[in-house]
Amino acid sequence: MSGRIITLLKRDFTRLTLGGSGGGAVLPVLFFLSVAMLYPFAVGPDAPLLARTGGGVIWVAALLAAILPLDRLVEPDIEMGMFDQWALRGISEELVIAVRVLAHWLSFGPPLMLAALPAAALLGLDGATLQIVEIGLLAGTPGLAALGVTVAALTAGLRGGAALSGLLVIPMAVPILIFGAGSLGTGGESGLALTGAASLVLLAIAPFAGGAAVRAARS
Amino acid sequence: MQGASIAVTDLACRRGDRVLFRGLSLRLQAGDALQVTGSNGIGKSSLLRIVAGLAPAFAGTAETSGTIGLVDERHALDPALPLGRALGFWQRMDGAADNELARLGLSELLDVPVRYLSTGQKKRAALARLIGQKAAVWLLDEPLNGLDVHAVELTETLVAEHCSAGGITLIASHQPFRLGHMRTIALAEYAA
Repeated sequence: MSGRIITLLKRDFTRLTLGGSGGGAVLPVLFFLSVAMLYPFAVGPDAPLLARTGGGVIWVAALLAAILPLDRLVEPDIEMGMFDQWALRGISEELVIAVRVLAHWLSFGPPLMLAALPAAALLGLDGATLQIVEIGLLAGTPGLAALGVTVAALTAGLRGGAALSGLLVIPMAVPILIFGAGSLGTGGESGLALTGAASLVLLAIAPFAGGAAVRAARS
Repeated sequence: MQGASIAVTDLACRRGDRVLFRGLSLRLQAGDALQVTGSNGIGKSSLLRIVAGLAPAFAGTAETSGTIGLVDERHALDPALPLGRALGFWQRMDGAADNELARLGLSELLDVPVRYLSTGQKKRAALARLIGQKAAVWLLDEPLNGLDVHAVELTETLVAEHCSAGGITLIASHQPFRLGHMRTIALAEYAA
């Protein structure tokens, strides 16, 4: 069974990272960087203002970048019958979804954390702020990944599912955003801890909600 | 593959708010083959999905023993990947077994991305996936769609070999499927 899980993870990871037609992991990272680059143009070259608001911009950009790959997270596999074939082999939808959350996080979490370095430079963030942003992203992106996969499973097969899933993720990501970006203002560990807690809740729910959604999409 | 069986008892199937068929009972033992015939939309595919455990029965039961392999119109091969790697994924899932690529005429196509394959070539690739799975129960939904004369004969031979090795085959198709000992039922007789 563990061999199958690794095979599954490898497939998901290469599909989401290199991603053929979908642009893979490069697209969210470029999107993230372009938001960080546009923001100083929009608000003007006011260094203190940029430094004060930059951390929040990074968070919003990260959230929006996480939405980009939603439409190819679950739906293609339902359409081409992969979930049916896995079910016949005794591989539950819950397991597939759990593996997919991990693969999705690997494909956008660490790349975004790396891209946050040049983004911080563009926004003129100091080292201490950058550190809090990075720890916050580490705590928050797993939750965003879990949320993304869950919503992608829920909207699979619906007309306009891609646009709908983006709209559904945003309000549900608000707790992560509030605590993650909020930790910048207070500079405190409590915000980071709550970001992590929100992530853990989403991670715990995702396999079951996503698995049930895939089964429901079958009938 | 020993001890494989399908037992369908008094089965009814509903799609939406319409009952497609009811009162269907089947018994298949090791080595048996059965073709379900009927016009489009009569519930052949639904029957296969119920037997596979992928769809709920409206009434009655469908029990199987033995591993189940399914080939339907969805080939479960990554369209972006070359055929060799798409099949390789399932080989790693199922444990490396010979999937008869040469016989199916797929050896030359392993470098071709799945999305460039023709309907018949995809069907043959799905058969290769099925053979590699070494499942005891084969559920084939319109297995001959898109296949040329040669591939049709090959599929019939593969099914015959599977049954003589103690496997079970349940075929849903409106096309004639030539197989010596195969039984046929017309689903129209059970239409609700």
